[in-house]
Amino acid sequence: MDDQTNEHEPKVKIKIENVFKIFGKHPERARKMLADGVSKDEILKKTGQVVGVADASFDVYDGETLVVMGLSGSGKSTLLRCVNRLIEPTYGRITVDGVDVVEMDTIELRELRRKKFGMVFQSFALFPHKTVVQNVEFGLEVQGIDAEVRRDKATRALDLVGLGGWGEYYPDNLSGGMKQRVGLARALAAEPDVLLMDEAFSALDPLIRTDMQDELLSLETQVKKTILFITHDLDEALKMGDRIVLMKDGGIEQIGTAEEILGKPASDYVARFVENVDITKVLTASDVMKKPTFVAFLRDGPRTALRRMRDAGLSGIYVVRQNHELVGYLSAERAAEAVKKEEKWIDHLIDGDDVPTAALDAPIRQIFPLVADAKMPVGVVDEKNILRGVIVRGSVLGALAERGEYND
Amino acid sequence: MTDLIPQIPLAAWIDAALSFTTTLLSPLTRAVSGVLSTGIRGMVDGLVFIPPWLFVIIAAAAAWKIAGRKVAILAALGMLLIWNLGLWRPMISTLSLVLISTLIAVAIGLPLGILAALNDRFFSFIRPILDFMQTLPAFVYLIPAIPFFGLGAVSAIMSTVIFSIPPAIRLTTLGIRQIDAELIEASDAFGSTTMQKLIKVQIPIATPTIMAGVNQTIMLSLSMVVIAAMIGAGGLGGEVWRAIQRLRAGAGFEAGIAVVILAMILDRITQKIGAGRQRSVVTGDADEKSDDTSETDAA
Ligand SMILES: Nc1ncnc2c1ncn2[C@@H]1O[C@H](COP(=O)(O)OP(=O)(O)O)[C@@H](O)[C@H]1O
Ligand SMILES: [Mg+2]
Repeated sequence: MDDQTNEHEPKVKIKIENVFKIFGKHPERARKMLADGVSKDEILKKTGQVVGVADASFDVYDGETLVVMGLSGSGKSTLLRCVNRLIEPTYGRITVDGVDVVEMDTIELRELRRKKFGMVFQSFALFPHKTVVQNVEFGLEVQGIDAEVRRDKATRALDLVGLGGWGEYYPDNLSGGMKQRVGLARALAAEPDVLLMDEAFSALDPLIRTDMQDELLSLETQVKKTILFITHDLDEALKMGDRIVLMKDGGIEQIGTAEEILGKPASDYVARFVENVDITKVLTASDVMKKPTFVAFLRDGPRTALRRMRDAGLSGIYVVRQNHELVGYLSAERAAEAVKKEEKWIDHLIDGDDVPTAALDAPIRQIFPLVADAKMPVGVVDEKNILRGVIVRGSVLGALAERGEYND
Repeated sequence: MTDLIPQIPLAAWIDAALSFTTTLLSPLTRAVSGVLSTGIRGMVDGLVFIPPWLFVIIAAAAAWKIAGRKVAILAALGMLLIWNLGLWRPMISTLSLVLISTLIAVAIGLPLGILAALNDRFFSFIRPILDFMQTLPAFVYLIPAIPFFGLGAVSAIMSTVIFSIPPAIRLTTLGIRQIDAELIEASDAFGSTTMQKLIKVQIPIATPTIMAGVNQTIMLSLSMVVIAAMIGAGGLGGEVWRAIQRLRAGAGFEAGIAVVILAMILDRITQKIGAGRQRSVVTGDADEKSDDTSETDAA
């Protein structure tokens, strides 16, 4: 990422700097050839060295979900395993909360793995000889935590993933989706800061997979975690990621938000990668909306409403009732007039009829025309008409619009 | 040829080397010999002290618990037949030798197997040795034991242990090495120590394979203990040996059948120990539970 400075610069949780992983006895040769721009295939042919990760650098911010995406063999798993050193990086620096991971000795590393990381695996990696709850408490068990305490925590983690009551079963008795919930519970049980998820949902059936994605998204709101999420699936990346890292042949092609990747592909490779995906079918209003951080309440005066708009730099604001039920939209113009006339209430100023709204699960294809026509953001409401989010132009839709995908 | 080149005095050299090492090691071998022969005698005396009918009941009950009704019936009938044939004491003596040999073989074999699983260099060192050992005919193992421990049960146990140890090592190594790499990664990722990983993950998951190795070790022990009658191990093998020397085919058959029965009982029981213990699963009420969750993909 560019080092653009603004006051909202998020805290860096994991910093990855010039990390290489080269499998083979002569990594220095491969590294030199990489620097000269020789391709991974060529290097393998000439030197027998396999390039796993080539000069990866990026930050993972505290609390974000960063998706690492790329085709099979692009080095995603290797990169992820460098972070908790299941694989030793050949070169480079990785810091977690400012502490160098590569320099750690065995004991420090073990402590790091116990306290900071929870890992979820593609084929679940549940221990077949342990019950569900014993699996979940594994991380706590190796920490030597008291049996009662850890059983307690494990049970709570199971409740969190919707598997309360399944603790005494063996993994063999569970379906794929349930197994991965156990995997997730095991990763959460020790309350780590970071979840490392390696294609965690790739082995699941499409329907179950969507369920699990939604579940993880809702979990994120309950337990704030930094998530490093790996997938080879662009749809999943767009849905899950606050930001996306796109890898190719061990190197990083592009880092950015979904909008940036879709709207401004950094290379032909990325452009080709994203062009085949019909995101309009995948994403719903809830995927692209932003939290309605600034709203006015019905009983606010025009002055308050106007101040809110100014603070947020908006030319209008959604007005809601106390329970966030949507009432309508108030433009800055009208609010300013009312202030001038020293009016006390805003209810008669609110535009309630022409307000564009969409349901949470509306496919974004339906939202294109709304966004294109409306002079205000589109409000996203749930079945009780509670305002849950807003969609502004310049988000994913803007990106898609640039690609001309809404012209049908 | 023998005229031109004098015969190499290999036998003399080996004798010399052996007599040197046996003298050198004699304090050690004498100690081992003392412990073992006391152990064997104690065990045989103890087991013979139990009245046969009680022994049969205990053995059948244990077989039932471990391997089910069929095996229990087999064990009971088989041992009653052996008792009836007047081979009770030789059977107990053979059983004792097998159990002691197996105990020693497993006590040495498992750690070696674990070491070979965790250490590539030790693995490539020990693998050709194990391969070689399994190509040798059984009675070859008898020869080196005699100079150290003389004729008798101790030598029999020593050669039996060496003969029967390869599967215990090999299958322990195999069982640990074939564990899914993701499970090992999971164990590491949650911060287990090498020892925790071994005890909480690797050994339990490898247990069925390890027990298959133990089963093979027991069966090899039994065959070796019978052959070791040639160096005075006694027991059922001794009965067979004596019958052969006196050309009494009938008596030889009786003892042979007793060996087969013992083999079958030991095999059936130990096969079950490893396989049966895994996953005592609660399948019965899995169906009731599925209502509590949104899962619809129950396979
Ligand atoms: N242990 C290993 N030894 C040699 N090459 C490896 C090893 N692990 C991974 N690789 C190679 O590194 C590259 C990246 O692999 P991986 O990280 O598994 O990719 P992804 O997870 O993106 O599918 C691949 O070319 C793979 O063959
Ligand atoms: Mg992978």
